Amino acid sequence: MFDYANADRLVEVVDLKLHFPVYSGVLRRQTGAVKAVDGVTFEIYEGETLGLVGESGCGKSTCGRAVLRLYEVTDGSITIEGTDIATWSPEELRRVRPKMQMVFQDPQASLNPRMTVSGIIGEPLDEHTSLSKKEKLARIYELMDAVGLNRDFAHRYPHEFSGGQRQRIGIARALALNPRFIVCDEPIAALDVSIQAQVVNLLEDLQKEFGLTYLFISHDLSMVRHIADRVAVMYLGKIVELAPRDPLYNEPKHPYTQALLSAVPEPDPNLEATTQRIILEGDVPSPANPPEGCNFCTRCPRVMEICHRIDPEFREIAPGHYAACHLHYDHDDKNAGETAP
Amino acid sequence: MPDGALPVLDVKELKTVFRTRRGEVHAVNSVSFDLKPGELLGVVGESGSGKSVTMMSLIGLLPSPPAEVRGGQVMFGDQDLLQADDDTLRAIRGARIGFVFQDPMTSLNPVFTVGFQIMEPLRKHMGMDKRAARVRAKELLELVGIPDAASRLTDFPHQFSGGMRQRVMIAIALACDPQVLIADEPTTALDVTIQAQILELVKDLRQKLGMAIVWITHDLGVIAGIADRVIVMYGGQIVEHAPVKELFGNPQHPYTRALLETVPAMHGDRADRLRVIQGQPPVLAGPPDACPFRARCSHRFERCDRENPPRVPCGPAHDTACFWDPATGGPRHV
Repeated sequence: MFDYANADRLVEVVDLKLHFPVYSGVLRRQTGAVKAVDGVTFEIYEGETLGLVGESGCGKSTCGRAVLRLYEVTDGSITIEGTDIATWSPEELRRVRPKMQMVFQDPQASLNPRMTVSGIIGEPLDEHTSLSKKEKLARIYELMDAVGLNRDFAHRYPHEFSGGQRQRIGIARALALNPRFIVCDEPIAALDVSIQAQVVNLLEDLQKEFGLTYLFISHDLSMVRHIADRVAVMYLGKIVELAPRDPLYNEPKHPYTQALLSAVPEPDPNLEATTQRIILEGDVPSPANPPEGCNFCTRCPRVMEICHRIDPEFREIAPGHYAACHLHYDHDDKNAGETAP
Repeated sequence: MPDGALPVLDVKELKTVFRTRRGEVHAVNSVSFDLKPGELLGVVGESGSGKSVTMMSLIGLLPSPPAEVRGGQVMFGDQDLLQADDDTLRAIRGARIGFVFQDPMTSLNPVFTVGFQIMEPLRKHMGMDKRAARVRAKELLELVGIPDAASRLTDFPHQFSGGMRQRVMIAIALACDPQVLIADEPTTALDVTIQAQILELVKDLRQKLGMAIVWITHDLGVIAGIADRVIVMYGGQIVEHAPVKELFGNPQHPYTRALLETVPAMHGDRADRLRVIQGQPPVLAGPPDACPFRARCSHRFERCDRENPPRVPCGPAHDTACFWDPATGGPRHV
């Protein structure tokens, strides 16, 4: 288990907001905003893997990209190694880019089909270093070895590789500049089951070897249980629960986390026959028009009167275990308004 | 499931090849299985294992060329679908055999209302007039759990969410009360909480309507929850076939065993390292005269390079295509 007492915070995100404006009418006036990320706060310790899970449209990918400042953020602060980069200009950001890299979901779309593998892996080296041609090639070979690609393939093109190998190319590119922090945005979602384990093991090996810190974004809850040290659960632009892995999976506190975990089918027919599923009604509301009060109040099986009025605060309910739910506060009017047991 | 009942669908030695410029790809190779009335048959495999192509070929949905169904027999009742002409097949598809595809957005037509698309099979196959079809369409939407069904008939597909669209697809597939429903990765494009809703719906509909279902998926968890029997496919052929509890409790083929171990668990102990299946799935060029899994198999014999193992019985209603016997750790006597 990860040792938090002696770990430094590498990334600190405070009240991060990212709203995409919605324009309409003849004059294209701004009439609203899609609140893709709406006030999330978390920190990532050096050397750990923070899992970020949620369903499609919950804002987890946007959040990951915003942390790397691939978007202009609306509000909040992003502190990496003690400096707040939330408002930095693109030129200033260029200087810190080598430290923070990204692995994308679809290795087909994130590799340029007209560049060779050595061109793809070498591009960050061209941009950020002044290595000679020979040094660069040596570094490219070193990276290919690290991710388990055959050196002989350096002059091949992405279409000549399988999905799992392409993802290895993407990982080698992310490693090229010796980053400290990597955002992995659904790195295994496009891969076959038998290939997923290969890539996850590779990511774990690289983490040990180079002391990397990961933000691992995924909708695959069983894989996140395997790889993450701590897990944050997002719903409609907000983190609803954040806890170390075992407490989160064994005793989820937020009704959404409980429903999400219970919905994952288990590859065991005997267990399947006995599991009690929490089936959520309806669909996720639109992030352009979130409900009043708690974002989850429209689908929550344990909704109370107060949930429709007041947005619950994200706070620590046990050491290291955070949740945003009225069920875990001591409100005076909590019992009075309860509608479901 | 009534034991010993005559199968509604009986597939024997189905072979499909794709002709490409680089030669022939043997996508489906001697696949045989049957489907009994009212049962749910799960088909598991990775992309490229031939699970979708099998189902498409037996109902004549593959474009030819490049596809060519080269042999076998598909008995649906007392009719061989591979010998049937286009008109006969058209009368069967959508009426007696229903389909649900993976992506509900691309399989619904965006320019017609949902009501029109549900009424289409009713009017074509059942000869209903517009009014009767509309009444039935509303019933179907209610059956699949879409609230306010009457007014939603006039909505277009984009006005529905992903889960609701998949419910509409199921309603269309069920419109003519089919004997067989073929569902090709119907929940793969959906989120887990929506997938749980759809799985509940299918369990419920099975009890109410009693049709036989073929459920194609790569997710072993989904199969464990809903299937009666399971077929595991790899490299265009069936490598293992067993009742669901037998398959998960006593897997025989090295591929099935590896697949079950490679998926991390949601409960219980957490492995420090994931078990991996080394290597890549095979490219199916060239005639299938050796075991397709041999390159990735940890129990490979010299014989596996020379012969393609036949399916042999290895337990109650359980068969596998492998020369290795997990009970003894040595070769199987076949």
